[in-house]
Amino acid sequence: MPSAATSEIVEGIVIEEGASLWGDALRRLAKNRLALFGLITLSAIAFVALITPAIAPYPYDAQDLEYGAQSPNAEHWLGTDRLGRDLLSRLMYGGRISLMVGFAATAVSLLVGVLYGAAAGYFGGRLDSFMMRIVDIMYALPFTIFVIILMVFFGKNIILLFLAIGAVEWLTMARIVRGQVRSLKEKEFVEAAVAMGLPSHTILTRHLIPNALGPIIVYATLTIPNVMLLEAFLSFLGLGVQAPMSSWGLLIREGQEQMEEFPWLLIYPSIALSLTLFSLNFLGDGLRDALDPRASKD
Amino acid sequence: MIKIIVRRLLEFVPVLFIIVTLVFFLIRLAPGGPFDRDKEVPPEVRKQLEAYYNMGVPLYQQYFDYLAGLARGDLGPSFKNASYSVNEMIGMSFPNSLELGFYAMCVAVTLGLLAGISASLKPNSLRDYVPMSLAMVGICVPSFVLGPLLVLVFSLHFDLLPVAGWNTPASKVLPSLTLGAMYAAYIARLSRGGMLEVLSNDFIRTARAKGLSETRVVLRHALRGGIAPVVSFLGPATAGILSGSFVVETIFQVPGLGRQFVESAFNRDYTLVMGTVLFFAALILFFNLLVDLIHTWLDPRLRNA
Repeated sequence: MPSAATSEIVEGIVIEEGASLWGDALRRLAKNRLALFGLITLSAIAFVALITPAIAPYPYDAQDLEYGAQSPNAEHWLGTDRLGRDLLSRLMYGGRISLMVGFAATAVSLLVGVLYGAAAGYFGGRLDSFMMRIVDIMYALPFTIFVIILMVFFGKNIILLFLAIGAVEWLTMARIVRGQVRSLKEKEFVEAAVAMGLPSHTILTRHLIPNALGPIIVYATLTIPNVMLLEAFLSFLGLGVQAPMSSWGLLIREGQEQMEEFPWLLIYPSIALSLTLFSLNFLGDGLRDALDPRASKD
Repeated sequence: MIKIIVRRLLEFVPVLFIIVTLVFFLIRLAPGGPFDRDKEVPPEVRKQLEAYYNMGVPLYQQYFDYLAGLARGDLGPSFKNASYSVNEMIGMSFPNSLELGFYAMCVAVTLGLLAGISASLKPNSLRDYVPMSLAMVGICVPSFVLGPLLVLVFSLHFDLLPVAGWNTPASKVLPSLTLGAMYAAYIARLSRGGMLEVLSNDFIRTARAKGLSETRVVLRHALRGGIAPVVSFLGPATAGILSGSFVVETIFQVPGLGRQFVESAFNRDYTLVMGTVLFFAALILFFNLLVDLIHTWLDPRLRNA
């Protein structure tokens, strides 16, 4: 039996070590009631968005022209718009699109930002200052304007929306990752990896990026609400998602146009968007406090 | 100091040049043109139009002609309103946007600083929690939600203020509040954090030990350091207020630069798009510089950097 005992001990050590950073962070996160509220609300919204096609009471473009706009009632819980489309269904399908844009565009910005920042930080020197100078210049550009121009002149399709928003949001991520990589590069374990003759890309992907994961996750959570806001903003201006498809920004725009007669068309989409943004911000703040206790609260 | 300003001003040139080039080719490479209407324009009319707007010559020639015009400060004629030049149109709309932006900034700074500083003086009390929760609401509720909701309550329900427009003082209240609210929220959070940090310093204890009144301690000693984070935020805030004007001007039908830009893009008014983009970019660069200078003035340690 001695071998079993040894492996138990070894396992015990491994588990303890593996749990220390993330376990600690989880414990801190669980204590933060606002962050937990955000996590739970967000999971619920995401779950509803996932199974929307199965549970939505009506299709998002189904019209019931006979009655026109109805205030909330037993058949249409949140009422209908002027074309008789069920608001609850449109809200659910819109949530799918808004969340999808939020996550997909964040993924784009994550990919570009992490690779760019890691490369700049790792190779350093002239290449680094050149790459970061480009980031500085791009920061000075009025990007909202570029996104608007892109959407107006190159058609309003969703793939372009992902790319345009992702292209705007990667800059800060690149800066954060670069800073992390630069400080990690000086650590002994990276020197050891270099001494072992590992190729650069292995060092980057196996050693540097995983160790910078904390700030990356935190910033990604804080990017999602920004992205969703930008999508809603574009849809509100009539440049994002187009009717009869649905997104929260588009619904708010439609609601704003008719709020005098049918205020519910404005109120419910506004609540949905604000609640999601609240949850994401709370969760992001909570994650930051949990993963990086040194970072200040503001 | 003057050297720094001149160097920064010189940096504007390549940035603006990149913007001009990018936007110029971007909008011309896109499918569709300013003369595409439902009804076909007769070829001779089209030819005259193209000659008037210098579109008959090759693209690179148009580009250099445009740059030459820029060097003279001439942004060309507008495509949609042929009787106006782009310079004139910006001249008409910009004062409205400037006024709106100014009010919004006043709302943001006054409300934000008052809430943030008062919260920092009694942390973890009701005076801290209430404004800070409101600030969280301000950050999470976007302007295109807040604006219509304010109209719903104050204009349609209580009938206190006009729904839209920009001619009477009353009509300017809701747009300014809507645009400024989010920045007030950020400023409240930033100034609370900054003040809390400064107030824990030794020199504040010394000032209190000297027997100075609390007002004097806060105003004379803590404020200058405490609002430093707010000052760095003013740069992005100005840029945000400028682009936030797209939405607010659209909601409240304010005849300003933001609405003009969105409309010009929809109309494919090439020269007006170019002109407004350039103008916006120059404004943002200028305000960033201004903020950096204020920063240097407030924090002498930066002066030699």
